[in-house]
Amino acid sequence: MDRPLRLIASNPVDQLARTIEALLVVASQPLPVRDLAEACGDEPERIESALELLGERFREGRSGIVLEHVAGGWAFRASREAAAACARLFERPVERGLSQAAFETLAIVGYLGPCTRPDIARIRGVNVDGVVAGLLERGLLSEAGRDQQLGAVRYTTTPLFERVFGIASLSELPRLDDLGADTAEIRHRLEQVAEKRPA
Amino acid sequence: MGAPSPVGELELDLDAFEGPFDLLLSLVLREELPLAEVDLAEVVIAFVEHLAERGGLDLEACGEFLVLISALLELKARALFPEEDAELGELEPEEAAEELARRLAEYRRAKEGGAWLAERLVETRDCFFRVGPAPLAPVRPEAPLAPQEPAKLADALRALAVEPPAPSTAHMALRFPPVAQFVERWRSLLRSRSRLDFDQEVAGFSRVEVAVAFLALLELCKQREVAISQAAPFAPIRISRADVERSSLWTAHSA
Repeated sequence: MDRPLRLIASNPVDQLARTIEALLVVASQPLPVRDLAEACGDEPERIESALELLGERFREGRSGIVLEHVAGGWAFRASREAAAACARLFERPVERGLSQAAFETLAIVGYLGPCTRPDIARIRGVNVDGVVAGLLERGLLSEAGRDQQLGAVRYTTTPLFERVFGIASLSELPRLDDLGADTAEIRHRLEQVAEKRPA
Repeated sequence: MGAPSPVGELELDLDAFEGPFDLLLSLVLREELPLAEVDLAEVVIAFVEHLAERGGLDLEACGEFLVLISALLELKARALFPEEDAELGELEPEEAAEELARRLAEYRRAKEGGAWLAERLVETRDCFFRVGPAPLAPVRPEAPLAPQEPAKLADALRALAVEPPAPSTAHMALRFPPVAQFVERWRSLLRSRSRLDFDQEVAGFSRVEVAVAFLALLELCKQREVAISQAAPFAPIRISRADVERSSLWTAHSA
């Protein structure tokens, strides 16, 4: 009987939301609900409802700070409106000058990871040592143990990767199994040309 | 080369290259343009379009084009899978084709994934966020350490400071029993029996003992005290007293 009374009295959702705001300002990386619950000493369900409240308050068009669910956690970022101003003072350093090879390597590790350099080289058909080293340096890939049989280092994408590409987890990467489209398109174009040709 | 052929004049407009087919070929052969970046399907389409525009079917041009494009395709395939020629070479042609198609599909998937990521980056370009190390990461409660005895550290160090015992090499020495002992043994056996079977006599001996017993036998053979015979390699070795052998010969002769 006294339990609901205590909750209302000591920590209504609004007050919890203010605590979460504070935690997110201090954090330099997205915080998962589990961590927020631990820091606030509260139930994960209540954290979720407080986050909902914050999401309404900190959204594009209403605030310069936007709450986002990214890289397995919750974080504040600057609103898109403020991008130009932000760009005058800061740059998003990680992604500058990413090559096509880098994107393909990230995709392979993102979809198949953790995988080794030989795994990536096998798919891309060329040596990937330099590309992988660059991505490690940018913090988009990290080492994740060794292959049991070959002993080669295995790589995985980092939370920063998810942050930079704005996804909450790797499961948000699109499905790529409808690949027939490309080949079908080439065939279609060939057929079109063939039709134009006088017999 | 003589006058440029109709195929050579074919104008191409690709992502990686723009110009006549002839130039593409020479750039590729001089390794100034990586074939991996050239979309050969586009070249084929350009040629077919070119044919369609010209109307009539130029068999010579078609033949020349087929030869050139297949050579380029082979070069490109080799460039894409340099270290796997041998592996693919062992496969049946259909299997190799299937394997190649599977790998190309796999690579195409990676390429599409890469393209999606590149697009995604453009979408999130306007989103600025704080990046950096996390000096203020949430504090994890550390498991409290039980109180420790400093003396234990000293003990640990002391154990390390003790000179290690000299390594034993006992296991490295083969103990050979003296050959003479086995010589005597064979002699005493042959005193009571005139014929022996080697395997029977050494049954239950160790490897080394069997070897030494054999050496002793060779020694006796050298001194013409025994005769050894073996019907075939690995067949049982038969031993007999030399005088028995001689006397039987003698009796055979005298008969």
